[in-house]
Amino acid sequence: MTEAALPVPSGVETSKTRPSRNSTLKLMRYVVIKLISLFIAVTIGVYLTILIANMGGYVDEILKGQIRESISVSISMDPTKKNLTMAERGQLIDELVALEEHRLGLDQPFLLRSFRFLGRALTLNLGRAQRMASDSGSKLVRNIILERLPPTLLLMGTSSMSLFFITLFIALFLSRNYGSLLDKLVIALSPTSAAPAWFYGIFLLLLFAAVLAWLPFGGMVDAPPPEAPIDYALSLVRHLILPVIAWLISGFFAGVYGYRTFFLIFSMEDYVELARAKGLTSREIERRYVLRPTLPNIITNFALTVIGLWNGATILETVFNWPGIGRLIYQAVGLYDSPVIIGTTVINAYLLAITVFLLDFIYALVDPRVRVGSGGPRS
Amino acid sequence: MNALKRSLKELANYPSAIGGGIIILFLVFLAVYAIVTIPYSEAIRLWRGGEEIWGDNPRIVPPAWTNFFRRAKQPETIVLDSRDPADLISKTVTEISEGMWDVVMTFDFDYNYDAFPQDLIVFMNAAFVEKGPFVSMFWITPDGREIRLGEVTAKRSETYRFAQDERLLRRLKGVDPQIALFADPDKETPTVLKGKYQLRIDAVIFEENADLEAKFIAYGKVHGLAGTDHRRRDLTIALLWGTPIALSFGLLAALGTSVITMAIAAIGVWFGGVVDELIQRITQINILLPTLPILIMVGTFQSRSIWVILGWIILLNLFGGAIISFRAVFLQIKESPYIEAARSYGASSWRIIFLYLVPRIIPVLIPNLVNGIPAFVFLEASLALLGLGDPVLPTWGKLIDDARSNGALYNAQYFWVMEPAILLMLAGLGFAMMGFALDRVFNPRLREV
Repeated sequence: MTEAALPVPSGVETSKTRPSRNSTLKLMRYVVIKLISLFIAVTIGVYLTILIANMGGYVDEILKGQIRESISVSISMDPTKKNLTMAERGQLIDELVALEEHRLGLDQPFLLRSFRFLGRALTLNLGRAQRMASDSGSKLVRNIILERLPPTLLLMGTSSMSLFFITLFIALFLSRNYGSLLDKLVIALSPTSAAPAWFYGIFLLLLFAAVLAWLPFGGMVDAPPPEAPIDYALSLVRHLILPVIAWLISGFFAGVYGYRTFFLIFSMEDYVELARAKGLTSREIERRYVLRPTLPNIITNFALTVIGLWNGATILETVFNWPGIGRLIYQAVGLYDSPVIIGTTVINAYLLAITVFLLDFIYALVDPRVRVGSGGPRS
Repeated sequence: MNALKRSLKELANYPSAIGGGIIILFLVFLAVYAIVTIPYSEAIRLWRGGEEIWGDNPRIVPPAWTNFFRRAKQPETIVLDSRDPADLISKTVTEISEGMWDVVMTFDFDYNYDAFPQDLIVFMNAAFVEKGPFVSMFWITPDGREIRLGEVTAKRSETYRFAQDERLLRRLKGVDPQIALFADPDKETPTVLKGKYQLRIDAVIFEENADLEAKFIAYGKVHGLAGTDHRRRDLTIALLWGTPIALSFGLLAALGTSVITMAIAAIGVWFGGVVDELIQRITQINILLPTLPILIMVGTFQSRSIWVILGWIILLNLFGGAIISFRAVFLQIKESPYIEAARSYGASSWRIIFLYLVPRIIPVLIPNLVNGIPAFVFLEASLALLGLGDPVLPTWGKLIDDARSNGALYNAQYFWVMEPAILLMLAGLGFAMMGFALDRVFNPRLREV
């Protein structure tokens, strides 16, 4: 889904030479328009998420019911309130419920609250979680997310980055040796990427954790965590191996196939033939005439990798009990904790928007056909 | 249309298309077989019915055919019911004294397996008015030993679990009954004594019209075609019925998203201007929405029915990334001379969109559609793995989830994970292989490389 957020070079008009002062002005204008349009998109996206995360106010009803129940129970268990009459007790419960609902802001209409949510979300004032807490005991959504971010970055960073570079280099190698046995093997195996990483994760767990007992079943470090930093790092690595391999398997063959085909298509262009006729070495051809024009697409893919990295992999993390953002979302949904869900979505939306924005500039650097400010991409 | 036929013929040149086709045909056959042999309501009953439906099955055992690969043959479940004439149970009633009758039932069975059963249970149903029958049970081994089991005063429905009878356990010196009763007494390590076993149930009834029926079950260690799960359910039903569900879910989701997305892209390109701009803005917003968290929320708050989830998936993908690639193709087609010709003779916009623009994109649409199916099949499984599977229907994803949450991997119950996983893999591979070949047939640019 995410790829559409990225600008497509073909939609960009070619640049014309123009005075530099004028172009700075145009650049400014372009940046402002782009930022505004992205901000509007983020706002609407976040508001939709707020509506969905609260199921149009339905979650409030669940929360109200839970508040009433817990207050009723605590009053009926309280020995000092034993000799109250039914009416008095009912009144007391009503008062406490109203107080608690007021504390959580549930006494206001949902529409009003949804806009307040939106305002706070957009200013990254993510508020307090309703139920969840970070391991250090903080109820602030920001702290909860910050605590979960390093594990996700570690897992997704290791797996996505290694996948990206490994596929790229092997694809280059295969495009050089196109038609070889290895090449055919990779093509034949590319449909295996239809299965997601968690699926291979289960097989890997079965083989290496259950049957061979070489590697742990899940989690991030041994329990209790080792004291010495080296032992800690080793334990971390041991826990990283299986999820990273699962990620690699699920992305490898299709990734290599995709890049390889891409490189081949570009290496069949006429100018490559010409370069070959001129007697340039294949290494030079590759660098100047194949890699250069494919760079924008490679960068797009890299950006997509980075975005996926923030997102985490909800199910892979769940299968491997990895304490990251993905698992956080899953847990938050299970606890009806809408501030946490909205918080992660907001951060994700911002990161996505920033990436889209930055990509425009990176494109301009690597692709001479694209110049920032020349009317603006139509994406 | 002829071009389409030619393309399909060309498909036969691709081994991956043939492989994928065979897998898809196999799955379709499995789906049709499931729907025809087990009607929907019957499948639900078998999967959701309750203890009386699967009570006779053993708990978490691998399929029976695994015995073929084993040296030590694992036992299958033995069920002997005094109400079933086929089980050849002798039942005699003799009057002992005034107002007292003796009912003797003997259950004979051969036990020629190499391993001990999982569990032993006798279910009794007594018919009486005031005083229930007094039941004592005896176990006769092939070498002629008679072991006294427990005694119970039967209620209307009574369950005698061998392993929970403390006195029997003491008499067997603490060895579990399902082992001690079948073991050869002369061997150091417990070894099965093969041969004809007999269970005698001796009931004294105190009323003229009182009666006792009994059912003896020696739960085996293998079961049926696919084994059983933690609730003793036969996995065959879920594996079979998972097929039509996975196929229809994948196909409908892929069809819904790609066809509607394509139509939207076509409309946007044709009308251009504000419409196009609006569609692109919506796409941009749609991309910022987190799909999986929203689906998790829908599953938690609204409904876990896979048809509701399907609706949401289509809704969330209407303005998805595919619009961009469809749009690029449509922009090219829009400029072709035949469109101009159509416009010049006064064809209406809708006619041009649906009769001239859309058919031209089928080469892009078909591979896109087939390649999309595995993603949705796995998405359903992913949601099930998060505990958001359909509450009624048995699906492959739910089987994996059940297995995982019941520690099948820790307890070496691999069949439980592997069976649905292999079917999922087959479905994924079949469509991906077919899509791969289609892609090459319809995209000549790919064919050269």
